[in-house]
Amino acid sequence: MKDIPQVVEASKVDLVFQTADGPVHALSDIDLEINKGDFISLIGPSGCGKTTLLRLIADLEKPTGGMLRVNGMSPEEARLNRDYGYVFQSPALYPWRTVEGNLKLPLEIMGVEKADQNERAREALEMVDLTGFEKKFPWQLSGGMQQRVSIARALTFHPDLMLMDEPFGALDEIVRDQLNEHFLRLWEQTHKTVVFVTHSIPEAAYLSTKIVVMSPRPGKINDIIESTLPEKRTLDIRETQEFLELSQRIRKGLRAGHSYD
Amino acid sequence: MNRLLNSTPAAIAAVLAFIVVIWYGAAVYLNSDVLIDKYERKKTEWNFQVLVNDSWSMGRPVLPAPHQIMEDMNKSLFGHKITSKRSLVYHGWITISSTLVGFVMGGVLGILLAIGIVHVPTLNKSVLPWIIASQTIPILAVAPMIIVVLGAIGLTGLLPKAFISAYLCFFPIVIGMVKGLRSPDPIHLDLMKTYNATQSQKFWKLRCPASTPFLFASFKVSIAISLVGAIVGELPAGARAGLGARLLTGSYYGQTVQIWSALIVASVIAATLVFLMSFMEKIVQKRMGVLT
Repeated sequence: MKDIPQVVEASKVDLVFQTADGPVHALSDIDLEINKGDFISLIGPSGCGKTTLLRLIADLEKPTGGMLRVNGMSPEEARLNRDYGYVFQSPALYPWRTVEGNLKLPLEIMGVEKADQNERAREALEMVDLTGFEKKFPWQLSGGMQQRVSIARALTFHPDLMLMDEPFGALDEIVRDQLNEHFLRLWEQTHKTVVFVTHSIPEAAYLSTKIVVMSPRPGKINDIIESTLPEKRTLDIRETQEFLELSQRIRKGLRAGHSYD
Repeated sequence: MNRLLNSTPAAIAAVLAFIVVIWYGAAVYLNSDVLIDKYERKKTEWNFQVLVNDSWSMGRPVLPAPHQIMEDMNKSLFGHKITSKRSLVYHGWITISSTLVGFVMGGVLGILLAIGIVHVPTLNKSVLPWIIASQTIPILAVAPMIIVVLGAIGLTGLLPKAFISAYLCFFPIVIGMVKGLRSPDPIHLDLMKTYNATQSQKFWKLRCPASTPFLFASFKVSIAISLVGAIVGELPAGARAGLGARLLTGSYYGQTVQIWSALIVASVIAATLVFLMSFMEKIVQKRMGVLT
């Protein structure tokens, strides 16, 4: 087991932000292991540090204590190595680039050959079911489509690890359900490792193989729940007893972290 | 009727007609003192009708009537060969050329300074206050010194005037570009960081395109200021050529009609330059997907 390094390995990770109002303890004593092929959800109320934890893995923030490794390297080395694709809360598309131009952005930066760029952009667009929208500008697309382009952009350079920060948080429930199902299909095909931040219990239960329940002030991990659901899932699974039990466990974990004293 | 007034040419024509009417009235009012004084001295009979006619046809009026200016412009624009020193086309071109050269110099300087300020924290702290200070000095005080100093090292003609234009017009470009280059969302910068993009990739693929709306806003202000700079530069340069020279000789000899026609040509040039800038902006915006 030990010869394959874990994708993410965190022990006693601590993060304190120095702000004008004094130090803020954002994350405390985080222990977490993420294996290859896992679909991990980080769930918790706002302010629990789930996005911050994702940003630590992505080397967009630096921990102030503890040990954090990504693919057996420091997060910075992993970032320099372009080991992960990051999907932000908002689509973060460049408004002056077409859909195709946006998909090619990481490829241009990483120095992929021109001919290869077109092929990979086409392929990624097909994966998110947006073939035919190459020449459109972002403002010509709906919010859900923009977010799909942003996911496709992270797929173009074939990272094995996807870090996703509430990618469907700003969308309405109908579109969200569609994208959840679509994204699950995509994950089944590619079996990438996914770390997925959400504050929706059904989303976490439906998508994940492992659910990490967090609580705020300071942000810490309350519970890690292995999903009992079968790997092949459709949206109907949400009506089953198993799904409801899983949701209940998550809810309990969230409640335990909330002390109203 | 409403539709007619809402169209741009009709709106411009309406405002113009209004100005012309006021102007004719003002010409009578401002010129009447001199005329009445003259009538009294020469003891000529006069009535209002005579006063109005005379005030619209004086040789050196306090305020010339619009048709006098039009006549003078017509004569000086089209009545002489364009290489003649009496042609307004000749003088206009001299001013335009130093305006454009100054604008290009100021533009390059402004953009380079902005890039430096955005990327080098020390420059941000040390250079920006000097740039602001440079604009608090009245250009009328600096212009003669620039002309004299550059003349002493053998630079005369177009370049010293262009320097004055550049001195004035780099400022809005620096301010606009610094703001523009800093305008990308933090999330867009984070995205670049996750790609491990280099500084120059970040600049060309993100900061630069994000700054274009700010850049064009600055360009439109700057090109008009550049024209003012060129005219101001022509005043101390011995008043040999250019619209500034026409203004100065006009005021030496009390040729108010000549002053006004030079002023109107200058404002038409400024409007045209700003319009051309807007047109270029539209083309760039269209290529960047801003317009439908």
